[in-house]
Amino acid sequence: MSNPVGIFLIVVGVIFDLLGCLGLIRLPDVYNRLQAATKSVTLGTCMILFGVFLEFGFTSGGIKALICIFFVLLTSPTAAHALSRGSHISGFKLWEGSKMDQLEEDKGE
Amino acid sequence: MMTFFFILLIIGAFMCLYRIMMGPTPPDRMVAIDILGILVVGVCALYAVQTGEGFYLYIAIAWSILSFVGTLALAKFLEGKSFDE
Repeated sequence: MSNPVGIFLIVVGVIFDLLGCLGLIRLPDVYNRLQAATKSVTLGTCMILFGVFLEFGFTSGGIKALICIFFVLLTSPTAAHALSRGSHISGFKLWEGSKMDQLEEDKGE
Repeated sequence: MMTFFFILLIIGAFMCLYRIMMGPTPPDRMVAIDILGILVVGVCALYAVQTGEGFYLYIAIAWSILSFVGTLALAKFLEGKSFDE
């Protein structure tokens, strides 16, 4: 715990993680929860890992943190896209206050 | 101060567990499982800082990849298709 910039990034990342999990509880349907939780939790975890990289510097631990940032940024949006597409195809309804559904319009054409 | 970060992340993990228990539809539970996996990566990274050993970051890398594979399998299961199409 030596680098103040690293500590600041870790603090902001933990707050982003907590707010994403709060969105997972509070929002009304699957797509809103996916929207809130996946983006902010991915950003928060990447900020924590970048803070870890700033703490370790260019040692073996810091390079491992950079590789982990790469994997999280690559895999998490792909998994969210697959989940939302799968649940839409499987027929789970949107919240009744939703304004538009572009995947349904594309299917109708 | 690190203990406070761990407590905040564990509160988030309990929110995910609440959604896994009470989720009205199957996709809710799957989203919560995905988020729980990413939170565990963050906890491993913080633990690596606290102990000063880079070893725990191996667990973080492996956990992120395994969580991705598991979520893709659940999404294909939800879509109602087999794995080779």
